[in-house]
Amino acid sequence: MKEQLKAIEERAQAAISSAADLRSLDDLRVKLLGKKGELTAILKQMGKLSAEERPVMGQMANQVRSTLEDMLTERTEILRQAAQNARIQAESLDVTAPGKKPPMGRLHPLQIVEDEVREIFLGMGFSVADGPEVEYDYYNFEALNLPPDHPARDTQDTFYITDKILLRTQTSSVQVHVMEHQKPPIRVISPGRVYRSDAVDATHSPLFHQIEGLVVDKGITMADLKGTLELLMQRLYGEDCKIRLRPHHFPFTEPSAEVDVMCFACHGKGCRMCKNEGYIELLGAGMVHPKVLEGCGIDSSVYSGFAFGLGLERIVMRRYQISDMRLLFENDMRFLEQYR
Amino acid sequence: MNLSLRWLADYVKPDVTPQEFCAAMTMSGSKVESFTEESKSLEGFVIGRILEKRPHENADALFVCSVDLGGEAPVQIVTNAKNVQPGDLVPVATPGTTVSEGGQSMTIKVAKVRGVESRGMFCGLETLGLTQNDFPYADPDAVFVVKEDCTPGQDAASALGVDDVSVEFEITSNRPDCLSVIGLAREAAATFGTALTVQAPQFHGSDEDITKTLDVKIENTEKCTRYAAGLVRNVKIAPSPRWMRERLRASGVRPINNLVDITNYVMLEYGQPMHAFDLRFVEGGKIRVRNARAGESITTLDGVERQLSESMLIIADEKKPIAVAGIMGGEYSGIMDDTVDVVFESAYFEPVQVRRTAKALGMRTDASARYEKGLDETSMPVTLARALQLVEELDAGEPVGSTIDCNYANPAPNHIPFDPDWINGFLGTQIPEQDMKDYLTRLDIKVENGECIAPSFRIDLERPADIAEEVARIYGYNNIPSTVIRGVASAQLTPEQKFERKVSQVMTGVGCSGILTYSFTSPKVLDKIGLPADSALRRTVTITNPLGEDTSIMQTTTLPGMLGILSSNYNKRNPRAWLFEIGKEYLPTGEDTLPEEPHRLTVGLYGDCDFYTLKGMIEVLLEKLGVPDVRYTRCDDKCIYDEKCAFHPGRSAAVYSGETPLGLFGEIHPDVQKTYGIGVRTYAGKFDIPALFAAAVEEITYKPLPKFPAMTRDISLVCDEEVPVAELEAAIAEAVGRYLEKIELFDVYRGEQIAEGKKSVAYNIIMRAQDETLTNEQADAAMKRVVKALTKMGAELRD
Repeated sequence: MKEQLKAIEERAQAAISSAADLRSLDDLRVKLLGKKGELTAILKQMGKLSAEERPVMGQMANQVRSTLEDMLTERTEILRQAAQNARIQAESLDVTAPGKKPPMGRLHPLQIVEDEVREIFLGMGFSVADGPEVEYDYYNFEALNLPPDHPARDTQDTFYITDKILLRTQTSSVQVHVMEHQKPPIRVISPGRVYRSDAVDATHSPLFHQIEGLVVDKGITMADLKGTLELLMQRLYGEDCKIRLRPHHFPFTEPSAEVDVMCFACHGKGCRMCKNEGYIELLGAGMVHPKVLEGCGIDSSVYSGFAFGLGLERIVMRRYQISDMRLLFENDMRFLEQYR
Repeated sequence: MNLSLRWLADYVKPDVTPQEFCAAMTMSGSKVESFTEESKSLEGFVIGRILEKRPHENADALFVCSVDLGGEAPVQIVTNAKNVQPGDLVPVATPGTTVSEGGQSMTIKVAKVRGVESRGMFCGLETLGLTQNDFPYADPDAVFVVKEDCTPGQDAASALGVDDVSVEFEITSNRPDCLSVIGLAREAAATFGTALTVQAPQFHGSDEDITKTLDVKIENTEKCTRYAAGLVRNVKIAPSPRWMRERLRASGVRPINNLVDITNYVMLEYGQPMHAFDLRFVEGGKIRVRNARAGESITTLDGVERQLSESMLIIADEKKPIAVAGIMGGEYSGIMDDTVDVVFESAYFEPVQVRRTAKALGMRTDASARYEKGLDETSMPVTLARALQLVEELDAGEPVGSTIDCNYANPAPNHIPFDPDWINGFLGTQIPEQDMKDYLTRLDIKVENGECIAPSFRIDLERPADIAEEVARIYGYNNIPSTVIRGVASAQLTPEQKFERKVSQVMTGVGCSGILTYSFTSPKVLDKIGLPADSALRRTVTITNPLGEDTSIMQTTTLPGMLGILSSNYNKRNPRAWLFEIGKEYLPTGEDTLPEEPHRLTVGLYGDCDFYTLKGMIEVLLEKLGVPDVRYTRCDDKCIYDEKCAFHPGRSAAVYSGETPLGLFGEIHPDVQKTYGIGVRTYAGKFDIPALFAAAVEEITYKPLPKFPAMTRDISLVCDEEVPVAELEAAIAEAVGRYLEKIELFDVYRGEQIAEGKKSVAYNIIMRAQDETLTNEQADAAMKRVVKALTKMGAELRD
């Protein structure tokens, strides 16, 4: 019997270690340890043994069983591992193949920049006002110190609806609405569409976008205007961005300034991009004209303010190096998909 | 305004290069657009003296010249010029020089011409970029034989006086005084802190009494406050001297003859337009400044006959108009070859008058542009004297010593308080009072007794803010410090602004890209989308002076703009376009009132999509925005949107929240799709943003998660094709009652095993009680009610 057990153990060891898959291993388990298995068959013979032999053989049989069980478990684990490795191997993917992208919408570049400018001003405590695009002459011109027959009206070719109603040529019209409805302190920007009778070409459009800014309070200075615009430009173009103010004339500001930003290409040396000037004209600004304040019922001996207006298209085109303004209004998918 | 720097030097001499001059002038407020060194255009051209001229050995029409170009040895040049002779001075383009002739340009090389070497080219006026106006003695069609005082080898630019620097300024409308050499000289003097020398012009004149010949009366003293006139006898029409021609040319004005040139010269110098009349055509020797009479007309110098109206101011003689005041003279009023006596006019016409007349006649002239902006009412006698002085200087005639000055002007100088503390407070600077006074004095603004007195040519100076600007620009805008606005301010977007931002975020989230379209359009687009003739959307805000019909009305619907962009994308073969726009419609409210400008969301798609793709987007949008009680119905008669005509009637829906219409969407009608040239099924929608905003519910209140399990039952039924699933669902919901949690449509089937005109619809019905576990019996009972209700609607149960 002892020999039988030994023989079983030896045969089993060979069979287990050569079992090629989990199924044959399972068959082996049944064959060896099952109710009708070889070890069970031997144990059934225990009854024939003497009382001395019985515990010895019993112990031996149990040892064999435990050895075989361990071997089976070990072999199972090896085979399971191998099977899993094989599966992993088999189902590996080409990770460079494209993913299943949910459709992705883009924001128009003009919207991206407008949002950015808004954020910058919200951070400086400016709220955002809206105003009508179809506007009374009064708000677009007269209240801004541009009475009828003022020669400066020529610089803004205007679309008229009636004698008194027009398409606003500048977001400055919103200044007047704001001041009529709000007492100082005022800090507001107003982005929107403006219209001028310019034929379409690479740098002109009869419809474009401006952002107007207005600050009115006690003790507002021209230095504040400069500081605010510097901050805007640095946030928009980076800390090393430099601006300069040049005297100019707008009927609704006094003093008035045009604001240039140092050319990004040549850093002020002069190049083709900036027409050799070293600077690029970016926006108009100035201290709100006392006549404008007074026309809106604000006492110009107590309050002062500044205003500015910047053209959004110009900033967008510069930012993304777009050379033709028409692209912004064509909305070609191949153009739109370049933005995020 | 083009300024000759040589002319400027008569008045002010800043010690700077032209580049430095331009930069500093720009920064003090006279913006330089460009500057041109005239000599640049004549680089490589030198003066040569012809020493010898002999026939070419191989060509009859050519000559071989030996030319002294100032070098050690003469140079050989082949020419076809017949008009040059030994001893003549001629401009020569030397090898390497690029010349242009007849619009073609070529570079001169050392070359053999018919076997004979030639080292340059003789030039005519055109090649030098000049005309006979510059050199009246030159034959414009031959080589220019130079009669100037110059030497062989001298560069042509200096020999011919094409060596000025011309600076182009952009002068703002408030500074008409700077549209003149003296005005800019004054700015330059103030900018550079150098002296300005302007001398009062003086002339001698004859003893004749002008009033014996000329009678001037201003009849409308409101529109013409000053009229000065002078008389020149026995004029000698001739070219003006070279210095004057050069200055005019550098200022962008073509020299004509001495008398005309004098009027232009004075205008450029002082900014005051001058006019010259031939005395022969001033009938009766009478000059009347009056309004035109009904029916009067005038043929102006440009040969156009113009009807005058009674609101127009004219210069007339005894009988007829001889000039439109401040704009243009009549055809016989100018200087002619046989003119003997000339009347000079220097006048002040009221700006608005000139502007309106110029506009009405459609003629803007250099003179009218100046009058419109407002001139110095004191400059008439000065400029008249200057013109007469020049007549004497040029020996162009004999001025009569006496002049006429009809003066109704009363220019009271503006007195403006001078308050240095206020100025510093306003600018945010600390400029010493003495510096301020210095800047102002340089600008001819007198500072005395705490007041600034504006000079008569500075009609723009009215208030302390104007004085602050003068101080600031001479101090230098860039010397003003940069400060942060004092005080705290907090700001946030309004709820409407936040809402729109959210709409935009959701739309990009569902895969649509933002676009921007024009807000004006063509009235034709309303036909393109098939809008009914009586649609309210055909009442539009119309532009009276549009660029063209395509941009002549403000849009009353955003749909055509979107369709236009879809169409252009399709035409560019973009396989797919999913777009949205937040824009405005412009809806008229009345003749004299502003339109409403409500905001709209417009969506448009083609490629990889169907009706339900778009509907899914709308569902996501409305859920994200928190719009409750959403209903979709066919675009029937109740649908308030006239654009429904643009949609496929069977594949479009109106959207409501409760009873409030929110918008419409669906597949574009095949006809409209065809009109827009889109070859694939196209989907679009338009939503009313204020309605969405009003309907949206901002707050979310947490509902407890269910404690008891749900019961699920499936049901599959067959019904008529026309029955909308929404009706089936409503019936199911009512039948199940309060335990209903959700109805999920999981299948709609048509085809085999289903009779024609029928469809099979399958639902998952989920029931749950909040306070107990539902039993099978309860669920079965509910389902029995469902079957009963559906059967009543004509639906049959499938197994």
